[in-house]
Amino acid sequence: MLKINNLQARVEAAEILKGIDLEVKAGEVHAIMGPNGSGKSTLCQVLGGRDGYEVTGGTVEFMGKDLFELEPEERAREGILLGFQYPVEIPGVKNIYLLKEAYNAQRKHRGEPEADTFQFLKLVREKLKTMQMDESFLHRAVNVGFSGGEKKRNEILQMLVLEPKLALLDETDSGLDIDALKVVSEGVNRLRSQDRAIVLVTHYQRLLSHIEPDFVHVLSDGRIIKSGDKTLAHELERNGYHGIIEEAA
Amino acid sequence: MSTNALSQHYAEQVQRLQDGLPGAIPEWLAGRRHGAAARFSEAGFPDPRQEEWKYTNVRPIATKPFMAAVSDAPVSEEALRAMGFEGLDAYRMVFVDGRLRTEFSDLGELPAGVTVQGLAEALASDPDPLEPLLGTLAHDRFSSFAAANMAFLTDGAVIRLGKGVRLERPLHLLIVGSAGSPATWSHPRVLIQAGEGSEATVIEHYADLEGASGFTNTVTELRAEAGAQLRHYLLQDHADSAYHVGSVFIQQRRDSRVTSHNVNLGGRLVRHDLNVDLTEPGAEIELNGLFLVGGRQHVDTHTRVHHSSPHTTSREQYRGIGQGHGRGVFKGRVLVERGAQKTDAQQHSANLLLSPNAEIDTKPELEIYADDVKCAHGATVGQLDETSMYYLRSRGIDAEAARGMLVFAFADEVLERMELAPVRTSIERRLAARLPEAGAIDVIG
Repeated sequence: MLKINNLQARVEAAEILKGIDLEVKAGEVHAIMGPNGSGKSTLCQVLGGRDGYEVTGGTVEFMGKDLFELEPEERAREGILLGFQYPVEIPGVKNIYLLKEAYNAQRKHRGEPEADTFQFLKLVREKLKTMQMDESFLHRAVNVGFSGGEKKRNEILQMLVLEPKLALLDETDSGLDIDALKVVSEGVNRLRSQDRAIVLVTHYQRLLSHIEPDFVHVLSDGRIIKSGDKTLAHELERNGYHGIIEEAA
Repeated sequence: MSTNALSQHYAEQVQRLQDGLPGAIPEWLAGRRHGAAARFSEAGFPDPRQEEWKYTNVRPIATKPFMAAVSDAPVSEEALRAMGFEGLDAYRMVFVDGRLRTEFSDLGELPAGVTVQGLAEALASDPDPLEPLLGTLAHDRFSSFAAANMAFLTDGAVIRLGKGVRLERPLHLLIVGSAGSPATWSHPRVLIQAGEGSEATVIEHYADLEGASGFTNTVTELRAEAGAQLRHYLLQDHADSAYHVGSVFIQQRRDSRVTSHNVNLGGRLVRHDLNVDLTEPGAEIELNGLFLVGGRQHVDTHTRVHHSSPHTTSREQYRGIGQGHGRGVFKGRVLVERGAQKTDAQQHSANLLLSPNAEIDTKPELEIYADDVKCAHGATVGQLDETSMYYLRSRGIDAEAARGMLVFAFADEVLERMELAPVRTSIERRLAARLPEAGAIDVIG
């Protein structure tokens, strides 16, 4: 589904990604772990297509297409959805409106008829329940005045509604208390399926005790220095990044 | 001779007016009109060297030979309906080229204690009760446009609410210009006297019939007595070839509350002055404004809030959007008098530029002579937030639609303060139609 080959990228003058190789197949859950400054967020933004992140080498293929040929909105319509570390507050745009526009943009892209408000509300109500969110969230401006946990729940709500092929979650666990972490994890687990891939980008192991990954990769200084199964996360928990980074060097 | 001297055309209009003032009008009115005509002649049109007109050159108005309409322009009910607000249940007065057209007006059954009538009719039948109302808040020294309005006064609306009366349905004043040739000017005047504890909503709504390119020069005088609650909509949706100068004067007494919604969508050259005087404790004003300038439009709004008594409150939020070669100006002055302690004044001006050729100038001006007050102001001019754009696009929404959503949301933060949903919805639609980027806006929820 996603093939990253020797990806290099920089932000302004700083070289951040120094050659990343990663393949993600349908049905798999990958965790990319790494200390602060290792390039985790840059990787997410490069895959999302954010301005200011310059790809200097390598390739990324998504479902056989060259990802860098696609605008951010095209990537989303093709099925990559990025869960933001810091979801953006958008005053004046109601949550329901964003969801509906995004949902219909995708349907249109696939040549399907757009959903009307009634059908759409029915769908969203169901997903709200999973995320333990009150319906009033729909009528509030996107993320405005939401707590940290509510913002992250809102990100997962969007995932549940938009059902991406590849969910890319950037530090979705940061700033969550244990109850919110459970709800968010439950939402992500609902997304798991044979034809969907999930990539969790995280600093901490604790998310992985709720969402069990098939593969764990350690990112350090812009490279994946070690990959393994879920036991690698436990090893990290015990020895910290330091041990693994030294071992790799 | 001053450089502002009136052109031959306007000098003649004034001369004709002074020759023709009918003897039947009461002396007080004749005096005020003569005085105003003299002041208009003497001052001429304002010029950009005057601080208050620094950003707005009214030459296009001064150099056009506008004339009063000579006869009633043909109007269809259908055209009026298209300009109105779908679903709004309101009393209606329609003015065409400044003159009341009773055949299109509907004042239904007004509650006891409420008088609504045409100004020309009121002056003809029983002028004296208007002596304390007409031209007493709007000093024609204020600007030569206000003077011209008084001098050329023809018609308008008089709204008087008795003590404790509540007008349940809003009153919609639809004031339209016609495609006269030569282009017409008109000088509507709106007088609102809200008695103690009364309550009403008045929509002052300017628009044009097809092909109009006239000049509307309005003056509104609004008095809110103790405890009165007034909602005043000032909606300007003229043709893009039309000219408009409007001056609003609001005077508020103890514990009165006035909400002003001022929306400017149309017009070639538009200037509004909103003057508020909070004269007694507990008086509260809310000023909400939105302007959109595109093409070669120029819209200038000056607000002046005068806290002349302690314990008075003002909340002001103005937003501007510039696209094309549009030019917007907002100047907001807040004056807190010595002794007006516990004044609470907040002013915010936010502006969005969508094109490199658009320009918006915003200038807050605080003048405070009391020491125990809360005053805050902020002004911004910027472009659409890149992070928000990226966030929306990352959800599959294309750049154009995302831009439309953000611009619309920016404007809607002002519009959502409107109490009348049919007016708000209709304005939202008109706004969306004028925003090329926001074509696909449909509002749900």
